[in-house]
Amino acid sequence: MHFETVIGLEVHVELKTNSKIFSNAPLHYGHEPNTNLSVVELGYPGTLPVLNETAVEYGMKAAMALNMQIATDTKFDRKNYYYPDNPKAYQISQFDKPIGEHGSLDIEIDGKKKTIGITRLHLEEDAGKSTHKDDYSLVDLNRQGTALVEIVSEPDIRTPEEAYKYLEKIKSIIQYTGVSDVKMEEGSLRCDANISIRPVGQEKFGTKTELKNLNSFNFVRKGLEHEVKRQEQVLLSGGVIEQETRRYDEKTGETVLMRIKEGADDYRYFPEPDLMHLHIDDEWKERVRASIPTLPDELREKYINEYDLPVYDAEILTMRKEMSDFFSEMVESHKAGPKLASNWLMGNVNEYLNKNNTELEDTGLTAENLTGMINIIEDGTISSKQAKKVFSVLIEKGGTAKQVAKELGMEQISDPAVLTGMVTEVLDANEQSVEDYKNGKDRAIGFLVGQIMKKSKGQANPKMVNQILLEEINKR
Amino acid sequence: MNINELTVEELYSKIHSKEIKPSEVAGALFDRIEKYDGNIKSFITLTKEQALETAAELDRLQEEDKMEGSLFGIPVGIKDNIVTKDILTTCASRMLENFKPVYDATVMTKLKDQNSVLMGKLNMDEFAMGSTSETSYFQTTKNPWNLECSPGGSSGGSAAAVAAGFVPYALGTDTGGSVRQPASFCGIVGMKPTYGRVSRFGLVAFASSLDQIGPLTRTVRDNAKVLEMISGEDSKNDMTSARNQDTDFMSGIEKDIKGMKLALPKEFLGDDVDDSVTEAVLKAKERFESLGAIVEEVEMPNLQYVVSSYYLIASSEASANLARFDGIRYGYRSENAKTLEELYTKSRGEGFGDEVKRRILLGTYVLSAGHYDDYYVKAQKLRRLVSDDVQRILADYDLIIGPTTTTPAHKYDEVKIEGTKEYKNDILTIPANLVGVPSLSIPCGITEDNRPIGMQLIGNHFEERKIYNAAYQFETVYNLHEELKNLTMGAE
Repeated sequence: MHFETVIGLEVHVELKTNSKIFSNAPLHYGHEPNTNLSVVELGYPGTLPVLNETAVEYGMKAAMALNMQIATDTKFDRKNYYYPDNPKAYQISQFDKPIGEHGSLDIEIDGKKKTIGITRLHLEEDAGKSTHKDDYSLVDLNRQGTALVEIVSEPDIRTPEEAYKYLEKIKSIIQYTGVSDVKMEEGSLRCDANISIRPVGQEKFGTKTELKNLNSFNFVRKGLEHEVKRQEQVLLSGGVIEQETRRYDEKTGETVLMRIKEGADDYRYFPEPDLMHLHIDDEWKERVRASIPTLPDELREKYINEYDLPVYDAEILTMRKEMSDFFSEMVESHKAGPKLASNWLMGNVNEYLNKNNTELEDTGLTAENLTGMINIIEDGTISSKQAKKVFSVLIEKGGTAKQVAKELGMEQISDPAVLTGMVTEVLDANEQSVEDYKNGKDRAIGFLVGQIMKKSKGQANPKMVNQILLEEINKR
Repeated sequence: MNINELTVEELYSKIHSKEIKPSEVAGALFDRIEKYDGNIKSFITLTKEQALETAAELDRLQEEDKMEGSLFGIPVGIKDNIVTKDILTTCASRMLENFKPVYDATVMTKLKDQNSVLMGKLNMDEFAMGSTSETSYFQTTKNPWNLECSPGGSSGGSAAAVAAGFVPYALGTDTGGSVRQPASFCGIVGMKPTYGRVSRFGLVAFASSLDQIGPLTRTVRDNAKVLEMISGEDSKNDMTSARNQDTDFMSGIEKDIKGMKLALPKEFLGDDVDDSVTEAVLKAKERFESLGAIVEEVEMPNLQYVVSSYYLIASSEASANLARFDGIRYGYRSENAKTLEELYTKSRGEGFGDEVKRRILLGTYVLSAGHYDDYYVKAQKLRRLVSDDVQRILADYDLIIGPTTTTPAHKYDEVKIEGTKEYKNDILTIPANLVGVPSLSIPCGITEDNRPIGMQLIGNHFEERKIYNAAYQFETVYNLHEELKNLTMGAE
């Protein structure tokens, strides 16, 4: 029997507003536990939420970038549940009127485009964080009240690989809008997956399980792969899939039962009476829409069609906004050759960023100085080999390529008079080699070139050296 | 001169003319509290030390002619569900028996800015749930008019303290009548302002869409003046309205009311209403007419639904608002819990009283899957119908008048709390909360056995000024000012 996999993803993205969604408490990742708080986050009696409008705009931006319709009239609701990291015992969320609905994004699988539907995007407050020890638990409420969007996909995803691509795409699009850092390692992007399988051809969905503790895109893929196998085995051996929540164990690569869901959870949602209903008029929508930059899909097409970049290059360059901004600036403002610019960015630049775990903006590199470097390679001022040294100075310390090359004493000697002098000296000192060349030993030329380069400390323009050497040697 | 008989306005002018010092005022009132509050039991917490310190500081400013603030040196009592920094705020519950807030409610900040003197925190029904002040964990407040009677509730402590002359004014909170009903029972003036008029920041929430803080005073003018001081838009409360800019309630308050159109819904004088109340209200109608107002009978057909609508909505909101009392961060924590689940159930089981539990259970049930549409959604629809009734009437009339309560204050031993049976007594005060409009209760009569009867004046949103104008004029022809001065309260 053949099965088809059905996957739906719930992605949580923390918005990087300056303050929390319902108070003016600050927001920082990695601060001392329980310091980024006000009485509102502590759920103190008498406190009230006050909506942060920037959070609403960021939510709108994310929703618009995911091709969603933005609600004109929306509201917040209370989701009731008890947990120590949920101080009010309800979370302010959006239940039946999310800010965004009916969106989609495109992924590419084996060179073919596939559209994944996005059901909804809603705004809510994040909860605090619990850390469980052997016989006690710790609660850090710094995260409490952080503005969050939950993005729920349609059950359109059919393979773990598609899930992986969907996540990469969401991350890239949100990153472009600038509303979140979308860093899974810092928890600003989190993902839960719903997965079921059904015999090929069957219309009805199978019973789904929910996967949690997926701490990287890779683990999402691996967790789903394992869960597909597990569900197949259960069904093929005559068992039934229980509706349950499972945890992905990174060590064993398997999914482990967390709890069985008995019916749907009853969160007793009702409209949040402490907040006004939110009316989003067209003027507000258009203002937010105008602030969304060109998104990766459009840029990718542009790079392929206008700059003749290979699809692969276009994809890599458009994964992060900093990278495509940098590339566009090199090409558009400084007239760098697109493929040369791409080669450097995808090669040495990315290698450096990955190795040092840093961002482009934190290096000394600018679109101007990297283009400058490419230009002096092209005009022969420095060799490709020398360029590597110039590059490391530029990326570490900054400056202009010309100046760095000069300081490193790398500028090529291209003055014919100077070069002729050097050639003459070398020929005078190596009469045997001249003799060998005349006797047909071409290899002698290589030796002579080497001597000249050595004399010039590597700065002689190699092309010109070759040319002058041949002229001079033939005169003898 | 008996300091305890002075109104807010009189105290203000006597302090400003340096006839009396703030410390003399506070001192005299504490003496009175110490003498009588053993009988009345209106205060849960007295803040005598801080009050006398503040008063001494104000004495100095008075000497230096630096008297700033419209409530300079004037004592106030605050209902114990309004948070006061570093001062116990118990909500009359075991749950918050030892709770000292780390911040001040917006109204407290405003009163401090006006140089008020906080005398203490006043008794109430637990978490403002009740209408007798009996559900308090600590004590049962007595009505200063008759110690066998309830002062009403939930702001029973606030009303009793003002009637007893312990403070010239107090703040209470009104979710379904909790300022107006005790004001009515205690023969004083109590306002439930427009929803959004006064910031709820720092009011421990009972039902968020209904709660409002309001003043209790002995005169209409005092009431208007205090409301001016505590009103206004607040960046800490989204629901305070931008329409809240005009907070001048005093100018024009003495204007005549000739031609003012008052509506008296016939349902407000239905079968459930005590004859003494009906009689007093019909007499009040004549008094209004003698002042030149036009009073006409109108219909308010959906009044019959308000109690059901109110209790479903209020309990739903309360079930979520009170969920935060879980024994983890503050408040009562059970010593007997072994697991997280037990920490929740035991702390809440031991910390809350029966009436609070009853409403949490009701609200939780109403919001549960399968019941939400039948109860919560339907209650909201009824709320809309009542709102339509009120708006329809106020399109043609300046104000709606009617009794505040169906009966005068009852004796404690006559009425025992019996589940939800007593809820229906709130029928006349609830409409203003459901609709969000302002409503003021003023005395309009008294029974033969000395129990005051109140009348309420309901206006449209943000039309408190019109209410105060009519109430002031009424007060010139009927009030209980002299009777209030002569209350004996079990002593003498």
